[in-house]
Amino acid sequence: MLDKYSGKVIKLGKDIDTNDIIPTRFLMYTDPEILAKNLFCEVDPDFVKRVSPGNILVAGSNFGCGSSREHAAVALKAAGISVVVAESFARIFFRNSIAIGLPVVECTGVSDLCEEGDELEVDVYQSIVYAKGQVLEGLKYPEFILDILEYQGLTNWIAEKRDQILKR
Amino acid sequence: MALLLHRFITKYLIGQLSLKNFRKGKVLVGETFAQKILAKKSEKTRVEEDQFIRCRVDGLLANDTTSRLMLESFNKMNRDIAEMPEGCSIYFDHYTPPPSQDAAINHKIIREFCYTNNITLYDVGRGSHLHVPIEVGQCRPGMLFVGADSHTTVLGGIGAFATGVGSTDLASVLATGELWFRVPPVIKIELKGQLSEYVVAKDVMLEVVRRLTIPGGRYKALEFTGEAAKAMSIESRLAIASMAVDIGAKVGFFEADEKTEAYIKEYTDKSYDYIKSDPDANYEQIVSINVSEIEPLVAIHPRIDNVCPVSELKNTIEVDEVYLGSCTNGRLEDLEVAAKMLKGKSIHQNIRLVVAPQSQIIFNKALEKGIIKQLSEAGAIILPCGCGPCSGTHLGVLAPEEKVLSTGSRNAPGRMGSGKSQIFVASPVTAAATAISGKIEDPRKIGWGDIRC
Repeated sequence: MLDKYSGKVIKLGKDIDTNDIIPTRFLMYTDPEILAKNLFCEVDPDFVKRVSPGNILVAGSNFGCGSSREHAAVALKAAGISVVVAESFARIFFRNSIAIGLPVVECTGVSDLCEEGDELEVDVYQSIVYAKGQVLEGLKYPEFILDILEYQGLTNWIAEKRDQILKR
Repeated sequence: MALLLHRFITKYLIGQLSLKNFRKGKVLVGETFAQKILAKKSEKTRVEEDQFIRCRVDGLLANDTTSRLMLESFNKMNRDIAEMPEGCSIYFDHYTPPPSQDAAINHKIIREFCYTNNITLYDVGRGSHLHVPIEVGQCRPGMLFVGADSHTTVLGGIGAFATGVGSTDLASVLATGELWFRVPPVIKIELKGQLSEYVVAKDVMLEVVRRLTIPGGRYKALEFTGEAAKAMSIESRLAIASMAVDIGAKVGFFEADEKTEAYIKEYTDKSYDYIKSDPDANYEQIVSINVSEIEPLVAIHPRIDNVCPVSELKNTIEVDEVYLGSCTNGRLEDLEVAAKMLKGKSIHQNIRLVVAPQSQIIFNKALEKGIIKQLSEAGAIILPCGCGPCSGTHLGVLAPEEKVLSTGSRNAPGRMGSGKSQIFVASPVTAAATAISGKIEDPRKIGWGDIRC
């Protein structure tokens, strides 16, 4: 069963571009620590100082738009972000997060409700967000996506279950 | 799990069919190109919008920024490489030639993976993974292609269902030959009328971006139709399709036609499918644009949907660099039209004009036609084929406070260097006019170059 996550909110705006999350010149590196250290280094250098392990990232609409770089999701996960909750996600970032086992919840109203530093609880399996005494329902995932998340990403999922999931 | 997946799909599909068609009062409406291609690749008779499916993928692409993460994930999966009709190809196009030891090490690791696993590698100098797949006949109309690069949508310009994914997603395709998809609803973009002089496909796409905005195509497919789409060259269609992702879309599609056939035939005799939407297909939205009314446009820093006509810029915007290239505008017709502006003229003394053709074949054609000579004589610097400047990896990187007029597709802060630099995106025609003038310039004011040269 996927965990419930609770933690302090780190807040970001709408249309956050993966190019801002991690600039292209770092894509030659795959070490998550190097990527995490350089999060938002061009546009928000203080971001890394604000984040500590267990924080929950709350963002506006279309989070992770732009480039397909999986490094963006890897860097956020390595910095200790436990789950990303956004009004909506750009499709490649959404896929990448599932693929690397970073839980993401699409939830309308979360960005208006939460401020930086708020305490938040997120039930990824049920797609429910608890904040300020309110309960927000997010978009429900199909079973296979929850299954990938339970395996902490596609790598383990394919390693363990390839023969079961193949079409033929 | 298979049972769960089956249950989910069955439930979802039945729900979709009955609800949607009940509302429409019809048994079944026609299918979009997206439904047709994805149904075929998932071996179903029909799929519906927003349905989750698993598809057999025809081929996959990765570049030197994304393939190392891919190979690391693939190695952890502990599986053999799956068979795919068009296989896997890796292209070195972002750090080419390597600007640092770390970049060279990155290439070395990827190169060894390719040799060990018998994966086709297009090494430094061959060109971009967003154009070379057409030149080598790997990607053709009707195919389902995935690439670890968001601009993989470019290949929709020849009628492929081509979309970007991440590295681990791609590794899973390498290990299984398959991938999960959500069937996208389609936005039809009807392009009517005729382009004015000095206006090109890039201006049309900037108008589309202005109207739909950055999140406007999120999770959708875009299909470009109409007389102006038909009249466009394949290179123009590729330019437009490349930017589908910049408004969040999964695919940017032009139905293949006789022009596509002629373009493809230059490179390959391999077969392919003409797949097109049915006349009664269900579109989520129809956007109609009269391209005759479009004038040279520019997307103003820091958002690509912050678009206005160059003629309406209130302030003079002096730039430090002009960049001609990228998967959007690094093809032969882009170089040709810029050279037509620059012929017999010199670029402004304060400007550095950097030009990066998309592929070696394009470079060689431009060389034969005298285009490279014209650009160079006007003062341009010709860079190796690839994507360097647009992605800020190397060559033409910007310092804080610098401004660039780019023919790329993105202008987010820090995209081409410092987060404090500014990027303005426009067509190759406007780029050439700007290089001459030193400030963002309406090409109609500058006029074509000296035709006697």
